[in-house]
Amino acid sequence: MSVSNYKKTARRLLGAALLLGSGQALAERFNFQPPVTPVAHDIYGLHMMTFWICVAIAIVVFGAMFYSIFKHRKSQGAVAANFHENTKLEVLWTIVPFVILVVVAIPATKTLLYLENTSDAALTVKVTGIQWKWKYEYVDHDNNDANNVSFISTILPDQIAASSSGNSARIDKLNTPEHPYLLTVDHDLVLPINERIRFLVTGNDVIHSFFIPQFGIKKDAIPGYVNETWAEIQKPGVYYGQCAELCGKDHAFMPIVVRAVSKADFAAWMTKKKAEAVKAAEEASSNKVWKLADLIKKGNEIYHGKGGCFGCHGANGLGGGPFPALKGSKVATGPVAKHLHTVIFGVAGTPMQAFGKQLNNLELAAVITYERNAWGNNTGDAVQPKDVAAARKAP
Amino acid sequence: MSTTMTHDAGHHEEHPTGIKRWLFTTNHKDIGTLYLWFSFTMFLIGGTFALVIRAELFEPGLQIVNPQFFNMMTTMHGLVMIFGAIMPGFVGLANWQIPLMVGAPDMALPRMNNWSFWLLPFAATMLVAPMFMGAHFMDGNGPWFGWTFYAPLSLQYNHLAYFVFAIHLLGISSIMGAINIIATILNMRAPGMTLMKMPLFVWTWLITAFLLIAVMPVLAGCVTMLLTDKYFGTSFFNAAGGGDPVLFQHVFWFFGHPEVYIMILPAFGIVSQIIPTFARKKLFGYSSMVYATASIAFLSFIVWAHHMFTVGMPVAGELFFMYATVLIAVPTGVKVFNWVATMWRGSMTFEPPMLWAISFVFLFTIGGLSGIMLAVVPADVQYQDTYFVVAHFHYVLVTGALFGIIGAVYYWLPKWTGNMYSDKLAKWHFWLSLVSVNLTFFPMHFTGLAGMPRRYADYPLEFTRFNQWSSVGAFIFGFSQLLLLILVIKCIRGGQKATSEVWEGAEGLEWTVPSPAPYHTFAIAPEVK
Repeated sequence: MSVSNYKKTARRLLGAALLLGSGQALAERFNFQPPVTPVAHDIYGLHMMTFWICVAIAIVVFGAMFYSIFKHRKSQGAVAANFHENTKLEVLWTIVPFVILVVVAIPATKTLLYLENTSDAALTVKVTGIQWKWKYEYVDHDNNDANNVSFISTILPDQIAASSSGNSARIDKLNTPEHPYLLTVDHDLVLPINERIRFLVTGNDVIHSFFIPQFGIKKDAIPGYVNETWAEIQKPGVYYGQCAELCGKDHAFMPIVVRAVSKADFAAWMTKKKAEAVKAAEEASSNKVWKLADLIKKGNEIYHGKGGCFGCHGANGLGGGPFPALKGSKVATGPVAKHLHTVIFGVAGTPMQAFGKQLNNLELAAVITYERNAWGNNTGDAVQPKDVAAARKAP
Repeated sequence: MSTTMTHDAGHHEEHPTGIKRWLFTTNHKDIGTLYLWFSFTMFLIGGTFALVIRAELFEPGLQIVNPQFFNMMTTMHGLVMIFGAIMPGFVGLANWQIPLMVGAPDMALPRMNNWSFWLLPFAATMLVAPMFMGAHFMDGNGPWFGWTFYAPLSLQYNHLAYFVFAIHLLGISSIMGAINIIATILNMRAPGMTLMKMPLFVWTWLITAFLLIAVMPVLAGCVTMLLTDKYFGTSFFNAAGGGDPVLFQHVFWFFGHPEVYIMILPAFGIVSQIIPTFARKKLFGYSSMVYATASIAFLSFIVWAHHMFTVGMPVAGELFFMYATVLIAVPTGVKVFNWVATMWRGSMTFEPPMLWAISFVFLFTIGGLSGIMLAVVPADVQYQDTYFVVAHFHYVLVTGALFGIIGAVYYWLPKWTGNMYSDKLAKWHFWLSLVSVNLTFFPMHFTGLAGMPRRYADYPLEFTRFNQWSSVGAFIFGFSQLLLLILVIKCIRGGQKATSEVWEGAEGLEWTVPSPAPYHTFAIAPEVK
């Protein structure tokens, strides 16, 4: 082994130790995660101020109470006094708390107005909560809606698999500093630092909540509403958030992962994403006839990834609880038209969503083909993008 | 007065026995007993649900139940504890004590009293029944949408009608109970007992009963809109049909916030009875206690949206609800100061009821202080829907409402059974509960601040340590409650005979009747000077 190799190994070990150390620090956390936006800093200050005021009140009240408990006890020979009112005292302890509350309310009002002011954003990202994944859309990056970059971010299936296994060893093994357990998704939300970013938050099916602790952000994602909030990230890094409003079965499994990068890196990433988007759009709208095997391969990826189908219908297509199995099901082995309609338009009054709004024609064709041929369904049907296009128009 | 009692007893000593006694009873003491046993049963069921939650959260990964079942447990835990354990517990205490404390022979509307109790077992059955529907129990077929049943999530639930009708029955029962309590207090007080001479427990229940009548119909409207959205094609809460999901939350919390006070005001009353007794000193600031209770009740109607600071309300709305919410701290503070001032220069002893009352004051105040933190909107944006909120409301509901009920049971149990209970067992129960309840809920402040959202079946590894503390605490707390069951059964069966006064410093009409309180009391009204 050469000297440089030793150095490399030593560096790696040191790095690992540091990461472990920070992991330990995380495990012992008693307070907020470190703030990285101006709003989060203000919130932290407000939180600590209110906390110390509460501590002071507690010391006074509990001090008097415990003094009384130790001194004024019968076993100590205490004889009960006779007083049972004192107007001056009562007025005093009505007014003093009121004044304290005014002291708290003033900075609280200031911070609230600051955090609710979403004007002058350099970048707008539309965030849609979907059972159980997030859709991100960079709305007006170049004022041309046709070029909006958008993608769906879903937890990786290995996270869910490890979770349902309940096996701590497996979970520990999966958990790495770069890919923490339950906080690892297929596509991170990439954002530039030092720019005002406005988030437009909405919900697709039920109410979710877009919660990133280190940004001081929590905004409910409500169907039919577009809520606004904002962040100006001060440090590059990876930041984690989770859904904060109960949204059904996989509420705990729709994390938010933000990768904050420099403006230059963000611009480069955006260019790459746009090129990809253009290519994907072309592919989906072309009249190309796809081979069964290719569709199944693509559909497999969507079923276990972007589409998030595995969340309800299971990786093995067996469903579970109120969620129907696809293996051998009437829809997945019956007429193609019914299958298309179900996936594109969803089923009202159930968690089955209208995927027509989330996936393009090629993706829908692929995932439907996959469902019709996986787990022994073997219908041999190869649904094509043009079939999807036709079905979208069907009544 | 004891002579008039004996004279009267000759006429009324019909004392039905067996199942008929309980099914057809119109006696406030029997109905109170039924309520209290029902409440305790539901407490054990709801507690079992809580232990499933805590067992699952002991370590990361899903070891015991699937996420659907987990959600069902959080939902059923909340519903069963609120509507099954805490509310009926207080109504049971009201039934037993209000007639005894105002010198009335019974409740004003005894037959309705019977009905309001007997609706409960059916409502509870209908609430839990869907858990056993569907192919597999472990699938989680019961309500799984959170006890707050937010639309549109709850509209995805298959057996919604069971839930809706269970809530209707519970609501009807509560409204009838409230009407009965108001009618009794306003019409049947002993001569000389003016409103401002009523014991604080009676006062707090009078105000609570008005809150119940005001908000239970709102809850009924809320679930009915849900029902028609689900089954009759309306779109109250469905955005796609022109409805408004946030409307649901406004309606729900317009019920929900007064509901919080429905669960705590009677506990304020209980503590205001217990502390003067064992401090051997009159309650400090009686009239300010009454006014503070009324102010809290009034404010409870104008603060509901502080449960919804993240839904995207207009800033003006957020400011209004923040200011109104922090205002509640003023009357609540007055109450706490009054309790401390009652203890001040008293001659205190620490029998079990006093232990529970003091720990109520201490721990409820912790919950109150975290409530002030939560009222501050920008900070609430961080706390909302995390374990910090879970810690807060368990401090006010477990160490507040529940400790109040347990304190009341320890206070009045000798009056009900005629026997003193085992002091040793009571102290074991108290100290185990006190330590474990804090072990359970205090670490939740930290998990919440660190950012762990509530209602999560599984969590990232950084939250493990505190979750483990909470789980250990929860199991100790849960099993400690069986000591109360043993203590009560032993006390019913026998023990040292209780005097009519029971406690040295006790004052009030209930302590003038023999222990156990005869089946019929105050057939001739006592005179209050």
